[in-house]
Amino acid sequence: MSTAAKPATTRTLGTRALSRPLSPHLQIYRMPLAAMLSIAGHRATGIGLVLGLLLLTWWLTAAAFGEPAYTTTMAFIGSWFGKFILFGFSFAFYFHLCTGVRHLFWDAGKGFEIPDTQRTNQIVIAAAVMLTLLTWLIV
Amino acid sequence: MVPKPDMLRSALGRVRGLGSAKEGTHHWWQQRLTAVALIPLSIWLIASIVSLSSAGYAGFASWFHNPIHATVMILFLLAVFHHAQLGLQVVIEDYVPNHAARTVCVVAAKFACIALAVSCVVSILVVAFKG
Repeated sequence: MSTAAKPATTRTLGTRALSRPLSPHLQIYRMPLAAMLSIAGHRATGIGLVLGLLLLTWWLTAAAFGEPAYTTTMAFIGSWFGKFILFGFSFAFYFHLCTGVRHLFWDAGKGFEIPDTQRTNQIVIAAAVMLTLLTWLIV
Repeated sequence: MVPKPDMLRSALGRVRGLGSAKEGTHHWWQQRLTAVALIPLSIWLIASIVSLSSAGYAGFASWFHNPIHATVMILFLLAVFHHAQLGLQVVIEDYVPNHAARTVCVVAAKFACIALAVSCVVSILVVAFKG
């Protein structure tokens, strides 16, 4: 659907019809998928992965304290809840990795066109899902 | 009165002045360097975690007795915590509007990352050098 071709005669300001394009109000603006992937995807998974680093720190320090502490930590990680959050961290990691690699391509000046971005949106999501499932199939 | 543009300086020359922050692209560049380093390092970590998941304490200890494994793990830890504090800083600076609160949050995030990084590295060294 092309919104640019349609004259915006339906909108009015007072009694005067507006034919100029209006920028969408923040409350009704639907973010493009690329923006969602950037904010909800890259940034949110980045914050989530910092929480994953807390779990990593717990795991490593427990090992330094000795076998009993390590066994306790592994009992938590091996529980259904531990595996559940580990699954979440693994998806967040692969998602952040894929969107991050796309950022590196953008830094190199590649893939800026709208069709390229729409295609890489799909690639990023598909690759993150597949890498996550692949990892858990190996485990 | 609008000051005259500095016609005799090239664009590069002006960029080299680094602006008011005096650090130019340092933050951006550090984030990219650690990002590139973390691609192989983090995939190595995932593979390690998968192979250590059922190896028990003895398996964990013998894995990091290998100096190559300990080295790669410490490289991962240094890169990931540096990357994390750079990323946290950007997010905090974007979403915390109050200047004092923003500064406190950024400093707290950086201190926390350094503390976590050092505890992780010390832990790996303790396991690597034990028995």
